[in-house]
Amino acid sequence: MIKKRRKAREFGPGAVAYACLIYLFLYLPIFVVIAFSFNSSKMNIVFEHFTVEWYFKMFDNRQLMQSFVNTIIVAGISTVLSVIIGTLCALGLYKFEFRLKNVISSSLYIPIVIPELVFAIALLAFFSSLNIPMSMVTLVIAHVTFSMPFVVITVRARLAGFDHSIEEAARDLGANGFRTFWRVTLPMISPGVISGGMLALTMSLDDVVVSFFTAGPESTTLPLKILGMVRKGVSPDVNALSTLMIVGTIAILLTSNFIQERLEKKL
Amino acid sequence: MANGEERVIVRLTNVDKSFDNEKVVKKLNLDVKEGEFLTMLGPSGCGKTTTLRMIAGFEQPDEGEILLGGVNVEGKKPNERDVNTVFQNYALFPHMNVFDNVAFGLVEKKVKKEEIHTRVLEMLKLVKLDGMEKRMPSQMSGGQKQRVGIARALVNRPKVLLLDEPLGALDLKLRKQMQGELKHLQRRLGITFLYVTHDQEEALTMSDRIAIMNSGILEQVGTPEEVYNQPQTKFVADFIGESNILEGYVEHVYEDAIGVTMESGKARIPETGYESEEMVYLCVRPENLKLDTKPHEGFSLRGRVREHIFVGSINKTMVELPNGQMLKAETPAEDELMPVGTPVNIYWNPGKVVVMRTKEEMIYNIIERSVQIEGMPNDPIF
Repeated sequence: MIKKRRKAREFGPGAVAYACLIYLFLYLPIFVVIAFSFNSSKMNIVFEHFTVEWYFKMFDNRQLMQSFVNTIIVAGISTVLSVIIGTLCALGLYKFEFRLKNVISSSLYIPIVIPELVFAIALLAFFSSLNIPMSMVTLVIAHVTFSMPFVVITVRARLAGFDHSIEEAARDLGANGFRTFWRVTLPMISPGVISGGMLALTMSLDDVVVSFFTAGPESTTLPLKILGMVRKGVSPDVNALSTLMIVGTIAILLTSNFIQERLEKKL
Repeated sequence: MANGEERVIVRLTNVDKSFDNEKVVKKLNLDVKEGEFLTMLGPSGCGKTTTLRMIAGFEQPDEGEILLGGVNVEGKKPNERDVNTVFQNYALFPHMNVFDNVAFGLVEKKVKKEEIHTRVLEMLKLVKLDGMEKRMPSQMSGGQKQRVGIARALVNRPKVLLLDEPLGALDLKLRKQMQGELKHLQRRLGITFLYVTHDQEEALTMSDRIAIMNSGILEQVGTPEEVYNQPQTKFVADFIGESNILEGYVEHVYEDAIGVTMESGKARIPETGYESEEMVYLCVRPENLKLDTKPHEGFSLRGRVREHIFVGSINKTMVELPNGQMLKAETPAEDELMPVGTPVNIYWNPGKVVVMRTKEEMIYNIIERSVQIEGMPNDPIF
């Protein structure tokens, strides 16, 4: 056998057991949900036999499918808006010096720190005081307000080590302001933009509290729908739906990691 | 220009620039001639980089004019100016390979693809990077990166290439090698180079002309020989090479000479155009400062040998004047050395001293403070 030059440190049996316990604690509930989504029994207690019937039933449920479509639309639009607004905001905070800059930049984090419920009620009060009926529009606005700060954080982190003379070099070589942004700045901050966007997307996809207060009757999202279904007990179709959501989230996470790794390698 | 000898490609007229109420560049006037290698030399913070950045368009002058090829560039953005910059920290685009980095400017100018291809490859060959077009900047050494930086700027055939301490981040050996290559490149392409450095040796070896700056003021512009042999200010004399600078005042004015009195002695200097009582600096290079046990006609400057420093081909002798000032004299290594402690007469050959007027007021009476040295005759020489 070839001896590896740098041998990885081996863990003792205690450490391995400890790690297993933590992972069990984290993932066992998720495995239960996934397992019972294939259960033919309606009860979440005993496993009768394997079936995929709930998945087909789920697709027949028109209300459920509608809320799924709503979720995708809201998450898609709010992510795109958050990424655009958040990136511009981070660039502005990086490039310009102005009065009260510190106040403005730290106030960005308020939607993150504030209890979600308080934030949701504030949004509700805001919309109703302006007599705006709850709809997809209010939902998108609400989602942008809480996911945009995450984009600002990730993009600013990326900009922290940014060498300004690279932009100057682009200007010097004949690129105007927009071309410099498009060919140089954006590609260089793209890992931050993408991870911010992925954060915004997952935040929007699984949001319950804010959506609960700002969604209209026609704009129920998937998490809200699940919440409603759970009130009547956890049925196997909820398990199936949850399983699909888990799979979807993991897919987003992996894609995001993959894209980021490729970008980082390039830079 | 009118006689058509050399065209001025960059003209700075009364350029002023301040940052946070601090004047960085003061009333700067400078002409850069077409095809020359002009170096702006000065200590850090002297305003040379700011001047370069104003020409590039990254900074706007508060006052004054900048003409590029005869056209006022006020308000023009960097991308609207026919100059290109080589940055000290390279500033390569990290997400692009060497080819795309070099092609950047041509793509912005919407040059045809085939032409971009030939011009980029040609330029890479010129900077000895042929075969590296697929490399990413992160896979290159500092010297290679700066070659990319130079190629990226030169491929656009700028009117003037601005170089902001381009070799500052490289180690000494590589720096020397790149200096030679840059000079060759400039000769071969005939493009005007405006080079910024704080390294006087770099400036002397590469430049056609040197502009020496100090705290925002242009002290002197001239060929390397001129600034070395005829420094016009004390700063230039001190900054370029080594100098012994003696303070004095004109005590006598003769038809063909002046008699200068210093704290530690007197000297007769064959110069005219000075008035009595004028404060002057005398500047003598160490290789021109002579020591002798016998007095020399026209000099009553005396000191004591304090130290010999052997530096290979030459000996450096430190001589202390009665007022405590140390002078440096250089002699060939084979010459016999005077023992430490010997009282010596100091002199120089006519023409080997540079006299400079000082703007400072005469703040003390040199005569009163002049000191006698033991065991030496102190006969008046004027």
